[in-house]
Amino acid sequence: MLKKFALLLMVALLMVMGVGGSVVAQDVTELTIWWAQWAPADFLQQVGNDYEAATGIKVTVVQTPWGDFYNRVGTEWAAKGTSYDLIVGDSQWVGQGVTQGHYVDLTDFMVSNGIDKTVTPATLQYYGEYPPGSGKYYAYPTEGDANGWAYRKDLFEDETNKADFEAAYGYALDIPQTWEQLRDIAEFFTGRQEGLYGVAVYTQDDYDAITMGFENIFFSYGADWYDADYNVLGVVNSPEAVAALELYRELYQFAPPGTNDAFFQEMNDAFTNGQAAMIMNYFAFFPALDSDANPYRDATGYFVMPTGPGGERFAALGGQGISLNSYIDDARKQASLDFILWFAQEDTQRRWAELGGYTCNINVLESEEFLNQTPYNRAFAETMTFVKDFWNIPEFGQLLEPTQRYLSSYIVAGQGTAQEALDALAEEQDAILVETGVIQP
Amino acid sequence: MAQTSTDITSLQSSQATRQPRQRQMSDLRIMQLFILPTVILLILMNIFPLIYSLYLSFTNYSVIADKAPEWIGIQNYTTILSDQRFWANFATTGRYALISVILQTLIGFGLALLLRNKFKGSGLVTTLILVPMMLSPIVVATFWKLMFNPSLGIFNYLLGYTDINTSPLWLGDPNLALWAIVIVDVWMWSPFVMLLCLAGLSAIPEYLYEAAAIDRASAWFQFRRITLPQVMPLLLIAVLFRTIEAFKQFDLVMGLTSGGPGDVTETVSIRLYKLAFQGQYDTGMSSALAYIILIIIIAVSNLYIRSLNKARGA
Repeated sequence: MLKKFALLLMVALLMVMGVGGSVVAQDVTELTIWWAQWAPADFLQQVGNDYEAATGIKVTVVQTPWGDFYNRVGTEWAAKGTSYDLIVGDSQWVGQGVTQGHYVDLTDFMVSNGIDKTVTPATLQYYGEYPPGSGKYYAYPTEGDANGWAYRKDLFEDETNKADFEAAYGYALDIPQTWEQLRDIAEFFTGRQEGLYGVAVYTQDDYDAITMGFENIFFSYGADWYDADYNVLGVVNSPEAVAALELYRELYQFAPPGTNDAFFQEMNDAFTNGQAAMIMNYFAFFPALDSDANPYRDATGYFVMPTGPGGERFAALGGQGISLNSYIDDARKQASLDFILWFAQEDTQRRWAELGGYTCNINVLESEEFLNQTPYNRAFAETMTFVKDFWNIPEFGQLLEPTQRYLSSYIVAGQGTAQEALDALAEEQDAILVETGVIQP
Repeated sequence: MAQTSTDITSLQSSQATRQPRQRQMSDLRIMQLFILPTVILLILMNIFPLIYSLYLSFTNYSVIADKAPEWIGIQNYTTILSDQRFWANFATTGRYALISVILQTLIGFGLALLLRNKFKGSGLVTTLILVPMMLSPIVVATFWKLMFNPSLGIFNYLLGYTDINTSPLWLGDPNLALWAIVIVDVWMWSPFVMLLCLAGLSAIPEYLYEAAAIDRASAWFQFRRITLPQVMPLLLIAVLFRTIEAFKQFDLVMGLTSGGPGDVTETVSIRLYKLAFQGQYDTGMSSALAYIILIIIIAVSNLYIRSLNKARGA
């Protein structure tokens, strides 16, 4: 009751102060937000319901299955459509949304209202900024997300397992600190019990799953997708990248058979079926493991990405920022900005986190209340300090397609060597970047 | 009053002149008027997109970019025809279509021969066999994906594989993935071939077999000289339809493997989809590829239709 009153008061104050500029948004009675179909979108709808209760403006979150989301958005962009006011778009879309004019520049709005200072720098950079380092923002970081790990504590704490592991590998069985240790543990648990495998990793090749899974090792091994001048030759296929790819394929050998087309759902399935001792997944999908659907719920632990040989540690970034459709009229733009401003307030972000949304708000992330809210929030908060993302330039889709293909060819199909796969990928990416004018031949 | 009578006269005369005009509207004109809405719809929905996409195939254009199409001549076509990966896609499609259609023809025709003679419950058996082709391809792909799963699926178990570690990975093994799609396609569409063959078999006059029996013709001779030639026209129609469909196959492949692992099951339709959508949105290139596919389908169809006409003539 008190919270509702506080919300009402805050919205009333914002209205009285006339925050948001000169255009009056009073005619707008509803707002439409597009997002992918998953639990955080349901949470956003609940937050939207709070907004309606406070302001009378109805907020509808339209959800599209992940596999079709980009296609739907792309079609709407092509038509310069106004079917939505706000979009919670993937981090890789920012470059395309900006250069092709689909997103509104939110820099002045975010800076003048101090919103840019309320979120973690990494999320602001990857979800909202374009070009990188420019200080120009086009999205408010909404759903922070990254890859983490879930593991079976009962298996790790079993005395026999501990003794046998130490005898075999010469060090104690514990949460892996390095990728090499994770590989050893995956090998150890594979076949340890009937139907048990060491690990489950992303392998799906239709959008970005296998690339996101691989990136965790790739970045931690010191590899990158491009150098300071956007060159890829010798970068994508560097020795570090090759070593990372070989390790990812090794991990796939310790995965349950049939996980050759696996993404978030298959990861959780492998875990709850008792097939995998460890799974990688986006934190956004861990709530399913902290429910009765997981028979190992009480024995489920979570940990952050291990480090690479050089001690570096990165996690593939998921998550999205909320952007404004540039094709809607000024009144709707103003109403949308009002919503973002309200959504970015600390109280709203606290409510967002309580519901299960992954806030990017610094204060909320650091609060003990948030850290203890779920068994995985502590790992999430730590992970958000070392996230890294794929390309976010307009050509990301063209670059992603061969990446998925070559990674799948080597990891899943076992075709050729890691070096051959990455050499071919580097050449193809180079050709794309030259053709599109990103780099000179 | 005089004025009124003049008005009526002029009205009558105008009606008189109008009525013969109405009568003059020919049947042809009425037909044209009825057809006109359909023609307009066809032009808007089919002809215009066809011509516009032909134009786009000669341009550098992305439908989501805020840039007008840039004319580049036949560059898209030369890129496609000189790219090894496109040829690999065509080879995959051809291999898939060939194996799939041959198996469907053999199984469908075999089933039709078995179901030709009525027996108790034959109607029910025929209906049950037809069920797969009535299902949505994406639903079929989804449940076959589950059945192929080496951990949870029943397919390997039915084949006698009980050890998960040695069971075939139907969708993950590059040597088996295309076969897995063929198995599902054959399961789904053999009934279609069977249905057409059954129609052909039921139309064969019984006296031909009676005459052959009197001449002591063997069963093989009867099959080769009576059954096969009589069924051939319908069989060729079934093969034509299935070949065109196999060439365009999208739903099953997308649902089962999405073209993977790697690109071993990437048919031209999947490639076209990836090129036209899924992050790339290369509208110009994908339009060119669509036209190449269209030309190939027309060419293959023409070959079939010629064979069909020959079979009819014979």
